Amino acid sequence: MDILNLALPALADAWSLILQPTVLMYLLLGVTMGLAIGVFPGLGGIAGLSLVLPFMFGLEPSYGLALMIGMVAVVPTSDTFASVLMGIPGSSASQATVLDGFPMAKKGLAARALSAAFASSLFGGLVGAFFLTFFILVARPIVLEFKSPELLMVSAFGLSMVGILAGRVALKGMMAAGVGMLVATIGEGPFNGELRMASYEFPYLADGLKLVIVGLGIFAVPEIVALLRKDKAISERTSLGAGWLAGVRDWWANKWLSMRCALIGVIVGVIPGLGGSVVDWIAYGHTVQTTRDRSGFGKGDVRGVVGPESSNNAKEGGGLVPTLLFGIPGSGSMAIFIGALSLLGSGELEVGQVMLKDNLNYTYAIVWLLALANVMGTILCIALSGQIARITNIRFALIAPFIFMIIAFAAFQSGQNLMDLAALFAIGFLGIMMRRFDWSRPAFLIGFVLANPVENYSNNANQIAGIRFRQGFEAGMDYIASPIVLTLLVITVVSVIVGLRQAKNIRAEGEVASGGKRAPLIFLLVMIGFVSFALYDTATIPSYAFVDAVFPVTIASASLLCGLVLLVQMRLRPETDALFADRETSGEDADNRFALWPTLSWFAALLLATSLLGFILALCGFLLAFFRLRAGLAWARSILLTAIGVAFMCFMAWLLNRDFPPGLLQHFVDLPWPLT
Amino acid sequence: MKKLTHLVAGASVAFGLTVAASLPAAAVDFSGKTIEWTIPFSETGGSAKWANFFAPLLSENLPGNPTVVVKFMPGAGSTKGANWFQEQTHTDGTVMFGSSGSTQFPYLLGDPRVRYEYADWNPVMASGTGGVAYLNAEDGAKFDGTANNLKGKTYVYGNQGATRLDLIPALAWKMLGMDVEHVMGVKGRGDGRKMFESGEATIDYQTSSAFLKNVTPLVEEGKAVPMMTWGALGANGDIVRDPTFPDIPTFKEVCDATDGCETSGAAWDAWKAFFIAGFPSQKIAFLPAGTPQDVMDAYTKAFAAIAARPDFAEISAKRLGKYPMYVGADSKSALAGAITVSDSAKDYVTGWLQAEFGVSLN
Repeated sequence: MDILNLALPALADAWSLILQPTVLMYLLLGVTMGLAIGVFPGLGGIAGLSLVLPFMFGLEPSYGLALMIGMVAVVPTSDTFASVLMGIPGSSASQATVLDGFPMAKKGLAARALSAAFASSLFGGLVGAFFLTFFILVARPIVLEFKSPELLMVSAFGLSMVGILAGRVALKGMMAAGVGMLVATIGEGPFNGELRMASYEFPYLADGLKLVIVGLGIFAVPEIVALLRKDKAISERTSLGAGWLAGVRDWWANKWLSMRCALIGVIVGVIPGLGGSVVDWIAYGHTVQTTRDRSGFGKGDVRGVVGPESSNNAKEGGGLVPTLLFGIPGSGSMAIFIGALSLLGSGELEVGQVMLKDNLNYTYAIVWLLALANVMGTILCIALSGQIARITNIRFALIAPFIFMIIAFAAFQSGQNLMDLAALFAIGFLGIMMRRFDWSRPAFLIGFVLANPVENYSNNANQIAGIRFRQGFEAGMDYIASPIVLTLLVITVVSVIVGLRQAKNIRAEGEVASGGKRAPLIFLLVMIGFVSFALYDTATIPSYAFVDAVFPVTIASASLLCGLVLLVQMRLRPETDALFADRETSGEDADNRFALWPTLSWFAALLLATSLLGFILALCGFLLAFFRLRAGLAWARSILLTAIGVAFMCFMAWLLNRDFPPGLLQHFVDLPWPLT
Repeated sequence: MKKLTHLVAGASVAFGLTVAASLPAAAVDFSGKTIEWTIPFSETGGSAKWANFFAPLLSENLPGNPTVVVKFMPGAGSTKGANWFQEQTHTDGTVMFGSSGSTQFPYLLGDPRVRYEYADWNPVMASGTGGVAYLNAEDGAKFDGTANNLKGKTYVYGNQGATRLDLIPALAWKMLGMDVEHVMGVKGRGDGRKMFESGEATIDYQTSSAFLKNVTPLVEEGKAVPMMTWGALGANGDIVRDPTFPDIPTFKEVCDATDGCETSGAAWDAWKAFFIAGFPSQKIAFLPAGTPQDVMDAYTKAFAAIAARPDFAEISAKRLGKYPMYVGADSKSALAGAITVSDSAKDYVTGWLQAEFGVSLN
C-alpha cells in the first residue's frame, strides 16, 4: 500500500515536471545531439555527455535531465545507420548489428533493415523505461537497507563480469581490469591523501585521470585511428531502397525474440560497469541459439538485426538502475551522468538511496524522459533517414579530423590544460595497443569506473566489520553476511558461470588472428612493468596512512600474478595460440591502406604544435594539412573545411567562456582571443 | 553669486558622485563571466549548503551579474582542494575558494600533507556555524542530559580523519567517557550521515546547516535524537547555548552534569581552543594570492550588500542557522581567530591524537 501511496503521486508529479514546453525543448535538443553523435563512428554516450557537461552548472535540474537523458537514450537508435550502411559500428553497442545489417544493405534492403532496427530500438527503449519504473517501485524499500557490504557486493558483481568480457584469454581480461583499476588509483589517496603514482612536482597526475579522458582515449581514439587507416571508400548506394513497412512487419513477426532480447538488455544494463560494449553480442548469441534455421545468419537475416537492436536501447533503462539507486555507475557514460547531476541547480540532486527518498519525482521524471526520448528518436530517425544516410556516404578521412577535434575539446573540459590532450593521446595509445593485441578494453574501463566504489566500500565495510566482530561473532556475521549480501553473492556466482558459457558468443573486439611472438610479448612486459611500478610505488606511503595503500597493493599483486602466469604460458605455447593475438599480422588491419605509425603521428603532431602555438593555431594547421595532404582535397575545399572546424570550436568556447590551452608562443606574445 | 556657488558645488558633487559610482564598476566588471567557487568537500556536506546558499545571492550583487557556480573537489578531507587552491594565482577574479574548519585544523596541527598557507590567501567573507551531535533512537531514549547512561556501550562514528573538524566531537565524546569506535576515511559529513541513516554508524554530528536540512526530518521521524550542540561563543568568551538550537543543551552543560567530565583543566582548555578555531568563524570565502584591491572591494561590497538585505536574517536562519557573518576587514580578523591556537592546546591535542589514533604529526 505504501508503494502505491508514495509512487503514484510521484509519478504524476514527475509527469507535470517534464510536460513543460522548455523541458520538452531541452529533450528535443538532447535527442538531436544524441542522434548526431550516434551516427558518427567513434562517438558515443561518453563523448556526448562530456560535451554537454559544462552547460550543466547551475542549470534547472529538469532541463539538464531532459538534455542528458535525451542524449543517452537515442545514441543506440541512430548508431544503426553506420552499422547497416557502412558496415562500421556507429557506437560500441551496435557492433553485432553489422553482421546481418550490412549484408542486408548490400542486397538493397537497407530501408528494411533500418526500419526493423528502429522498431526494435523503440520497443527495447520502452521496455527499458517500463522496467526501470517497476524496479524502482519494488526495490525502493530494499535499497534503503543497503549498507557498505551490500554496496561493495553490487560493485564486485560488476567487476566479476570481467571474466566474461575477457574474450578468448580470461587472464588477459582480468589483468586489463586490474590495470584499469590501478590507473584509477593514480593521484591522492581517498583516505589520507597520500600520493599514488604521482608527485606534487607534476600536479596534473596528483588530481588523477578523469573518466572523460580515459573513456574517450580507450575507446574513441583507437576507433578513429582504425577507421582512418582503412579510409573506407564512399558507399556507392544512392537510395535506401523501399521496404520501410516490411521492416516493421519483420519486427512484429519476431516480437517475442525482441522481448527476450530487450530483457537481456535490461539485465546486462543493470550490472554495474558493464554498459553497451557487450550487450549486443549477448543478444546476438541468444538470437542465433534460439533460431532453428541458422543458415541465413551473417548473410542478411533480419533477426540478426532485431535481436541486438532490441537489447541496446533497453540497456539504458537497466543502466539507470544501479546509477540512480546506489550511485554506482551502470556504465562509463553513467559515471559521467552521476557527476553531471551534482552540478545541476544548487546541487540538490544526489544519486543513491537519498534520491529515492527525497527526490522520487525526479527519479520518475527520468523514466518518463527516457521513454519520450526513445519515441522522439525513432520518429526523427525515420523522418530524417534520407539526410542522415547521406552523411554516411562521406569519406571517413573528411569526418575524422572533426571527430578528433570534438574529442579533444571534450577532453579539455576537465582542466583547459595541454596535459589533458597529452593524457588523451597517451591513453589513446594504450587503447590502440590493447585493441591490437586483443586485450579487453571494456574490462579496462569497468576496472577504472568501479575502482572508486570498490575501494571506498571495502574500506568502510572492513572497518565496521572489525568493530562488529569485536562486539561478538554473531554481530559481525549479521553485518557481513546479511540476506542481501548472500543473495548478491549467489547472483554473482550464477552469472559468472552462465556468463562464461556465453563468453564464446562475445567477440567484443571481433576476430583477431595470431601471429609472431615478439610484439605481444613486449606489450605484456610493458603491462607487467606498469603493474610492478604500481606495487613498488605503494612503498612510498607511510605506515600510518596504510589504508591508502591497501587497495593498490591488493590489485597490483593480483594483476602481477596474472601477468606472470601469462608470461609462463607465452613461453610454453606455440605462436598460433590465441595468447599471441595481433591484428597487424593478418586480417583486416594488416591490409590497411595506411600504416599505424604515420596515422598516429598526425595526432602527435597536433599535440606538439599545441604545446608550441596554442590549440587554435595548431588546429588550423592540423586541419589544413590533413585535408590537403592526407585526404588529398584541393586547397579551396581544405581551407573551407578548416574554417568551418575552427569556427565551430570558437563558437563552443565563446558559449562557455573558455580559453584554449596556450602554447609556448602565448608565453612570449599576447594574442587576442581565441588565440590566447 | 551665492546661487552660482551652490550650482557649481552641486554640479561638482554630482560629478564626483557619478565618477565615484562609475569608477569601481568600470574597473571590475564580471559581465558574461563565470565565477567558479570551489568547495573542497563533496556535494552533501555543510560547506556545499553554505556555498549554494550564497552563490545566487553573490551573482545578483557582483558587478555585471556573473554566473556563480559551486564546484566540488573532495579528497583527503579538504586537503586536496586547499592544496589545489594554493597553486592558483589571480587571473580575472573568477576563482574563489571556500575553506572550512576541516581545512583549518590540519593547518593548525602541522599536518605533513598541508601544502597551503592561509597567510597567502585573501579572505572576503567569513561566517560561523555550530554543530549538533545526535544519537540513534535506542540510545537516544537513554539520554537524560548527561552521558551517565551512555557509558559501557560501543558507538560507531564515520570519521573524516583524525585531524579534521571531527576531532571536536571525538574529543567531546572521549571526555564524556563514551566508548566510540571511529570508521576513518569517510568522504564528508554527508557520507557520515548516510552511514548513520543506514544503521552502520550509531552516533553522528553535523554542522548546523546540514543538521537543519537533513537531520531534522530524522528527528521528526523518531530515527535520531539530538544530544548536544557545541554551543556558541558568548560576549565574554564563555560558551553559551547555540541561538539556532536554544532547546538543545551544549556540550559544556552535558559535561558539567556527567560524572567524571570536567569543564576545566587541560582537556577542556584544548577542546575550547579548537572549538573557537573551528566553529565561530568556520567557513571562509577566499580569493587567491595576488588578487588586486579593486577586485577584493567588489567582492566585499557584494557580500556586504547580501548581509544588508532586509530579509537576510530570515532566509539565512532557515538554511544556515543564526550565526554572524563577517565581511571585508572583519573577515580578516575572523580568519586570525580561526588560525591561532595556543601551544598548550596544540600539544594536548597532538598527544591525544597519537594515543587514540596513532597519528604522528611530527
